[in-house]
Amino acid sequence: MAETDKKFDVEIITPDRVFFKGEADMLEFNTSCGEIGVFKDHIPLTTVLEPGLVTIHRDGEQQVAAVHAGFAEILGDKVTLLAEVAEWPDEIDVGRAEAAKERAEERIRNRSADLDLKRAEFALHKALTRINLANYK
Amino acid sequence: MASMRDIKRRKSSIQSTQQITKAMKLVSTVKLQKARGRAEQTDPYFNYMYKTVSSMLARSGGIDHPYLKPGTSGKKGIVVITSNRGLAGGYNSNIVRLITDSEFKKDELEIYAVGGKGLEALERRGYHVVVDASDIIENPTYPDASALCKRVLEDFTEGKIGEIYLAYTHFKNTVSQEAKLMKMLPVEIEPEEEKGAAVLMNYEPNEEEALEEIIPKYVTSLFYGALVEAVASENGARMQAMDSATSNAEEMIEDLSLKYNRARQGSITQELTEIIAGANAIG
Repeated sequence: MAETDKKFDVEIITPDRVFFKGEADMLEFNTSCGEIGVFKDHIPLTTVLEPGLVTIHRDGEQQVAAVHAGFAEILGDKVTLLAEVAEWPDEIDVGRAEAAKERAEERIRNRSADLDLKRAEFALHKALTRINLANYK
Repeated sequence: MASMRDIKRRKSSIQSTQQITKAMKLVSTVKLQKARGRAEQTDPYFNYMYKTVSSMLARSGGIDHPYLKPGTSGKKGIVVITSNRGLAGGYNSNIVRLITDSEFKKDELEIYAVGGKGLEALERRGYHVVVDASDIIENPTYPDASALCKRVLEDFTEGKIGEIYLAYTHFKNTVSQEAKLMKMLPVEIEPEEEKGAAVLMNYEPNEEEALEEIIPKYVTSLFYGALVEAVASENGARMQAMDSATSNAEEMIEDLSLKYNRARQGSITQELTEIIAGANAIG
């Protein structure tokens, strides 16, 4: 079987731009039910994204990006990620992410009465994802 | 007939107004280009979102979810997108008229205002404004849209409002914009025509939870799209208004120049007649 037969289309769309459009052999990302890897001819699936890294495998090479919040629609030969925010490693401001991480940790540690724990955890999660991506490789 | 000095003064005042309108037209032309580019970039996200939500709803007809049916409250929330600045022709008043002329009663509406002009006009007419988020129209970003949407959705889930509408100006093209009122919640989407071989979609974690996550995102994308479009419409409307103001000023200046020349000629003729008459009297 020719190599091209295993490829499928990937699109990552954010409100501001079409973030990524191309082909991939395999796609990994983080959903609310855990990390999944998608090959061609996956069963049709719509799933909610968690902040995490998206890895696009193509011809033995990898491209990594961070996505936060959104959902993915997987059809046999096409995967579309609708993300509210998506970033490449070079777009990440590590200093800001570190600051956000400390802020979120501080909030969780001090647990004041009006703390929105879920939100703080989400912020921490986002910050960690960014730092992870920036330190990737 | 007005004196020459009066005409001259009026002409120069119109000329300086024309300079301002000309400059404003140029500024809004540039802003329009920018806003239009942004509106085009949000299109793919919104279209895909719409497609996904409508196909989800078409396939999951039996789902009973709060976002899919009107709330018990008789109040209706309405997000009104106008501009913070005037001089844009009928841009703001069209939106206000859309609301005052609608079948909604004044006391059943809760206004979420984006844009100072609409806010002022509606408040003056006695509407109840709950939220003023006018500053986000200056430079709409997705997080801003998302924050306001969260507030509106909270009011919906807490039962303060039973339905959510959105009033904004749809950008058809540079010369034509249209004030529009659309329903955001409960979601009402024409189910896509189901083709025989529709794929059987699976949902993770499950359909209800996926809907719970996706519908607020859908509403936010709807709102963000409207926001970006409204900015383009505002600048389109202002560009047109300033264009016609400039050409009106041109017309007035032409008219005044004619009058001025006539008055000048008149005074010369009069002077001549007086001199000749004087000479004749002496001679």
